[in-house]
Formats: sequence, structure tokens, C-alpha cells
Amino acid sequence: MLFLLAVVIGVLYGSAVYLLLRRNIFKLVLGLIFLGHATNLLLFVASGLTSGYPAFLRNIAGETEMMADPLPQALILTAIVIGLGVTAFALVLVYRFYSVTKTVDLDELSENE
Amino acid sequence: MTTGLFIALLILLAFLAPLTRKYLKNAAGWLYALLPLTGLVYYLSLLPDIIDGQVITETYAWIPVYGINFSFYVDGLSILFSAMVLGIGTFILIYANKYMHTYPMRSRFMGYLILFMAAMQGIVVSGNLITMFVFWELTSISSYMLIGYHHEKPESRTSALQALLITGFGGLALLGGFVLMGQPYGSYELSVLFSDPDLIRSGSLYLPALILVLLGAFTKSAQFPFHFWLPGAMVAPSPVSAFLHSATMVKAGVFLLLRLNPVMGGTEAWHIMLTAFGGFTMVMGAWLSISQTDLKKILAYTTVSALGTMVLLIGNGTQYAINAAIIFLLVHAMYKGTLFMMAGNIEKMTGTRDITKLGGLYTYMPLAAFIMTAALVSMAGIPPMLGFLGKELMYESKLMAPTVRYLLLAATFFTNMVLVFLSLRLSLDVFWGKTPQYAKTPKEPYFPLLLGPALLVMASLLLGALPGLLAGPFTAGAITATSPLHPALKLKLWHGFNTVLLLSFLTLLAGAILYRHKHAFIRFAEKINLKYFAREFSKGFYKAQNDFLVFTKLQTSRIQHGYHRFYLMTIFVVASALVWVVIWRADPIMLELNFADMPLNLVAVLALIITAALSAVVSHSRVIALVAMGVIGFGITIIFIAFSGVDLAITMVMVEVLMVILAMAVLYHLPKYTKYSDTGARMRDGLVAAVVGVFMMVLVLQAGTSQLDIPISEFFKDKSYSEAFGRNIVNVILVDFRALDTLGEITVIAIAAIGIFSMIKLTKK
Repeated sequence: MLFLLAVVIGVLYGSAVYLLLRRNIFKLVLGLIFLGHATNLLLFVASGLTSGYPAFLRNIAGETEMMADPLPQALILTAIVIGLGVTAFALVLVYRFYSVTKTVDLDELSENE
Repeated sequence: MTTGLFIALLILLAFLAPLTRKYLKNAAGWLYALLPLTGLVYYLSLLPDIIDGQVITETYAWIPVYGINFSFYVDGLSILFSAMVLGIGTFILIYANKYMHTYPMRSRFMGYLILFMAAMQGIVVSGNLITMFVFWELTSISSYMLIGYHHEKPESRTSALQALLITGFGGLALLGGFVLMGQPYGSYELSVLFSDPDLIRSGSLYLPALILVLLGAFTKSAQFPFHFWLPGAMVAPSPVSAFLHSATMVKAGVFLLLRLNPVMGGTEAWHIMLTAFGGFTMVMGAWLSISQTDLKKILAYTTVSALGTMVLLIGNGTQYAINAAIIFLLVHAMYKGTLFMMAGNIEKMTGTRDITKLGGLYTYMPLAAFIMTAALVSMAGIPPMLGFLGKELMYESKLMAPTVRYLLLAATFFTNMVLVFLSLRLSLDVFWGKTPQYAKTPKEPYFPLLLGPALLVMASLLLGALPGLLAGPFTAGAITATSPLHPALKLKLWHGFNTVLLLSFLTLLAGAILYRHKHAFIRFAEKINLKYFAREFSKGFYKAQNDFLVFTKLQTSRIQHGYHRFYLMTIFVVASALVWVVIWRADPIMLELNFADMPLNLVAVLALIITAALSAVVSHSRVIALVAMGVIGFGITIIFIAFSGVDLAITMVMVEVLMVILAMAVLYHLPKYTKYSDTGARMRDGLVAAVVGVFMMVLVLQAGTSQLDIPISEFFKDKSYSEAFGRNIVNVILVDFRALDTLGEITVIAIAAIGIFSMIKLTKK
């Protein structure tokens, strides 16, 4: 399973990089979103895969139980929410950018033009 | 204790002076001068103890691990320099306060001047090379402020910058030299260095260390080919020149050479380099001063020449040469400080310092004429002024020089002859002779402006007239400290009829003859200058500076091209190159393909994600890209569920829905995709993307096969219920253990929301 997940992460990163290198500003934001997804998944997979045991305490006596590692999940959860904030901001920025410049081509921003 | 406290007080005064100057007005100079005067008295009172080689040290730990301390080392050399810095400094503060009283920003000026004094005093009592470097740089910075005082004039700014760049470059070289010097000893303390002087001289680091240290000393002390910043620095107000460019700042390089003479000196490399650069600078400075007409420029070039003389004598290294160097150092500080102050006075009273427009001033300011002439007598080396002693010793040392004796003798003779010529010129042509039409009738300079020069000239006379009683003991400690093997010579005014006296007499005669034919001589010098010295060093420096700026601008425009995708591509390419190197070196991955743990439904989800990602990349339709984005998000949600990430899945569903709706709303306003890149660019980007994607994949496999401990999570598992009363550990972490992080997260979302809101509001207008 790990191998297949690794392929998925690789494809997500590859697509993210390709989209980031586009001139269209919307694709840039799309690439940003993909990059966030890929990284969240990377963290999740790297922390070890556990099927069917969420990080809930079933007995409160404190004996060691088998369960997924809670800490990476907490970190990813934070990352997802922050990612939402960043993406929402970026999307509206794209909207503003277009309404001001009337273009979605980032190269036209360059002062070298 | 005392030295550290004294320097701290000086620095404190530097910051207090700008605040208090406006309340104290004319009294300010006198009051501020009390501090250096106290220091002067204190250091002079140490003289009897110091004279037989005793040393007073103080150490304050700074970074002891690296052997870096604020330590102070007071010996005879320190006392001699302290006396010059604080003695002249006392008069300068009195002089400057009066001189600058009509200038704007005079309060700040006093602060800079005192700060400089503190830095300079710090150099001469430093007991640790790194301490010395710190003060050394502080003199460069404070002198930048002082030279650039008239900052509204472009000439002033460029000269200040030039001085800063040159001395700053030297300072960096010096730091390198100091670090190299410290290597064999494992310490930067002077006392450690002096305890085993041969360790560095016999080591392989000696030559590089020497070259770097000499770069520092030569730039500061205006040796060829760095000499040109000094005449340029004459744009500074006269109190600055009188202090920095006579006795202190420019002497810092000479001080460094004297200070390091016991450890670095005495070798062939030291001897050759100091003799060559010092000797050439001496002659060149004297020659270039002949045709100058600006009073301060003449003095600046003779200072260059005098500094060359000192470097030459130190390089010579014989008993006579070191004696001569120390005596001449003192002589020069006294007469040059006086002359610069008087040049300022003359400019103040007549409005010009061009000597072709001056003359007959004796009738207006007899006292000033007397003081300046006395200083010039010392410069010409005529008894009974101290200058005579300096010149005698100089000739004596040349007669006993180990190598190139006659060449050095001729160079010294020429230099002294020019000094005599200039002395006559500056005295006779300025104070006597034809009186030109002055804009306003000149009168005697005010008392505070004359006090310093008068006392310095008197001191010079006393020291010169009673050499055995005053000048001898005063300099003996410095000579012993500089060159432990050679004791100080007994100083006498009258040596009897010998070669040296004959040379002195011939020098005076030659100088007088030159003055008799001054017009022809100056015209001759100008003609040669035009022919051979037409290229000015400072112009060359400006050109190099400008070329460098043009070059950096070009290079910056190449690197900072303004295309976001090429910046990103650079990052990706460099990062993947680095990661690939690591992967290449790492152990090969043991890959077990176990089809049993690949449930078909999950494999289908993964296939869907991959398809969606690829179609988002290749599709020409925005809607497909949007749908693909949603598919990927929900696919990841399913992965989270499958591997026990329940909270993640719940959050992801909500976030993903929001994100797709928002993207849809924005996309509605955007134009359709246009094809911007050609096939070549797409191939190139595809290649970069593939390289990054593959290495991330390999990384995941590496991470999956290397299982580390999980110590941190155990803590949360233990305490989640017992301390925070929650069974869902992920939630407990977020709202309890790491609640502040979550607060930060909420803040980020709030800020993003405010940003979004304001951007949309702005559009409405």
C-alpha cells in the first residue's frame, strides 16, 4: 500500500510543480492547492499507516493500546485549516488581480517587458 | 577597572553631548574637555611605574570560549599615544566648540568627535586583538560621520564614503590577519602573544597574517597606494582634520605597527615591505605637497609624507630607527595638530585658505603668526624645537641603516628639504609679504581657538629644549615596549659637530634656496605632475566604484529577472539536485510489493486521484480543472478515513467543499484559459515536475521504511484522559495541549478573512 500512496504523492507533487510553472495565475493557485494536498498526505503517510484504529482512548485506565499516532494528525489538521485560509486569500487575490490588470498572464507583471 | 571605566565614560559623554550642548553653549567645550583632561592626568601619573617595562592589564570576559575578551593593556606605548589622543583631544574639544558655534548640527558634531576620541583611546589601550579591531572599526565609522559633516555637499559625501570604503576594506583585512595571528597561540591576548613572539614568526601563517595586517595599517595610515583618501578628507571641518588627520586616526596604522613590532617585526618580509611602501610614500607625499595651494591640502600631503617616514623607520627596526620613529611621531602630532588648527583659524578669519590669496596677516594677527611660525620651525627641524631632535635621529638612523643606506638618506634629505621649503612658504607667504584685498578685515582669532595651538607649541618647545629631562622619560617607555631588545637612547640637543649636523644644515640651506626660487620650483613640480601624475588616484577609485555598481546592476537584473516561474524553477532544480545527491548516497530501499494489503476499493480511489491530477494538468478546460481539484480533495479524505484519520477526514470534507465553491465563484469572473507556453516550454516544465515528483515519491518510500521512535505521542496518550479529560486525543491536542497554536491558527484565518473582505470591498468602488 505504501508504494501506491508514494506514487500518488509523487504525482500530486509533479502536477503541483507543473502548474506552479504556468503563466496563468489561476493555474498558479491551483498548483498551490495541489502542493498543500500533497504535503498533508506526505506527512500522513510518513507517520505510519494504521487501519481501523483512530486515536481514541477506549479504556481510560491508561494501558497502551494500538492506535494511529495522534500528533501528526493534529499537525495536519492545523495545516489543512491554514491552507484553507491561504487558498481563499489567494483566490480572492487572483480575482482582484484580474479586475485591476485585466489579464491573467503573470509575465505581463514583469517590469522587463 | 580604570581604563574600562574611562572609555565607558567617554562613550557616555559622546551620547550626552548632543543633548546637553545647546544648554551649555560656549561652556560646553570647556566642560566636555574636563573628561579627556582627567584621563590625560591619570595616564601621565602612571608614567613612573610604566617606564621600566611594567604593564597594567584589565580583562572583561566577552566570549571566553573563543578567547575573545574586552581586555586592556597599558604600557609605555599606550601611555604615549593616550597622551597624544587625550592631550590634543582636550584642546580640540575647546577649539571645536568655538569653531563650530555658528554651524548647524554642532551639537551632534561634538558627539561624533567624542565618540571618535573614545574609539581611538580604545585602540591604544586594547589588550586583545579582537577588542582592538572593534575600536578600529569604530574609528572608521565615527570618522565617516565627521568627514561627511557637510553632508549637503556631494563632494563631502563622496570623500567620506571613499575614506570609509578604503579604511573599511583595510579593517576587514586586519580582522583576517588578527584571526590568523591568533591561531598558533589559541588566544588573541597581547600578553600571550608577547610571551612567545617567535611562535608566529616561525609559523607558516606568518606571511599571510603579515600581509593582511599591513593592508589594515597601510589603509588607515594612508600609505601608497591608499594615500588619496587623506587629501580628500580635507573637506571635513578643521577641528576634524586637526584631530583625526594629525595625531590620531591616521596614526592608528603606525600604532598598530609599533604595537605588533615585538611579534611581527624583525623579519625580512616586514623589513622589505615597510621600507618600500613607507619610503615611497614619504617621497611621494612630499613631492605632491609642493604644488598644492590649499592650506589644508598642503598639510594633508605632508601628513602622508610623515606617515611614510614613520612606517619606513619602523621597517628599519634598528635601535636608532625605533627611537627616531617614536620621537618623530610625537613631534609630528604636536606641530601638525597646531598647523591644522591654525589653518582653520586663518580660514575663519579671512574666508579663504588658498595661500596664493593670503599674505601680510602678521599685521592683523601677530599672536597667531607667532604660534604658527613656531610650529613651522618645528616642522622644518630647527632647534630648539622638538622637531630638530626628530630630524637628527632620523638622519642618524639612516646613516646606520642596514641596507640601501644612501638611497634612504637621499630620500630623507629630499623630504626634509621640501618640509623646510614648505615651512618658509607657509610662514612668510601667509603672514608677511604682499597684503591682498580681504573681504573683511582679519583680526586675531578668539581665545579658545588659539589656546590649543599655543599650548602645543609651548610643549614642543619645552620638550625640545630639555630633552633629557622631559622628552626622554616621556618616550622611553614607549620605545622599550616597542622594541624590548633596544633600550631608549639618551636624548641630547647638542651632539657636537658631526655628519648629522652637517646634513641638518645642508637641508636648511637647500630648503632656503628652493624658497628663493619658489616660482620656478613650483612650476617645475607642476610640469612633472602633469606629465607623470596626471591620473589621480581618487578619480580612478571613483571609476572603479562606479564600474562595480554598473556590474552589480547588470548582474542583479540577470538574476532578479522578475519572472515568477523561473524563480520557482531555480528553487525546484536546485532542491531536486541536492535531494537526488542524498538519495543516491542513501541505502537502497527494500521494497516489498504485497498485493494482499491493497484493497481493491482503495486502489480505485488512488487511481482516481492520479487521473484527476493528470487531467487538471493537461486539460484546457477550467471546469475540468475545478472538478479535478474536488476529486483530489475527496480522494484524500477517503485515504484519511481508511487509515484512522477521522478528524482529518471531517475537516477535509468541509474545507474541500468551501474551497471548490470559492474557486468556482472566482473562476466565474476570470477569462478562459489561453495557451501561453509553447511545446518546448511545456516539455521543460514537465521534466522539472517529473524530477520533483519522482524524488518526493522516493522520499516517501525512504520515510516509510525507516521507522523512528514515537516518544512524544506516548505523552499525549498518557495524559489525554488523566489531565485533559478527553478521549479523542487529536482533539485534546488541538484544544488543550497546543491550544495556543490553535489560537494562532484562528488568528491567521481571521486575518485572511479581513484581507478577503477588504479586497472585495475595494473592488466595489
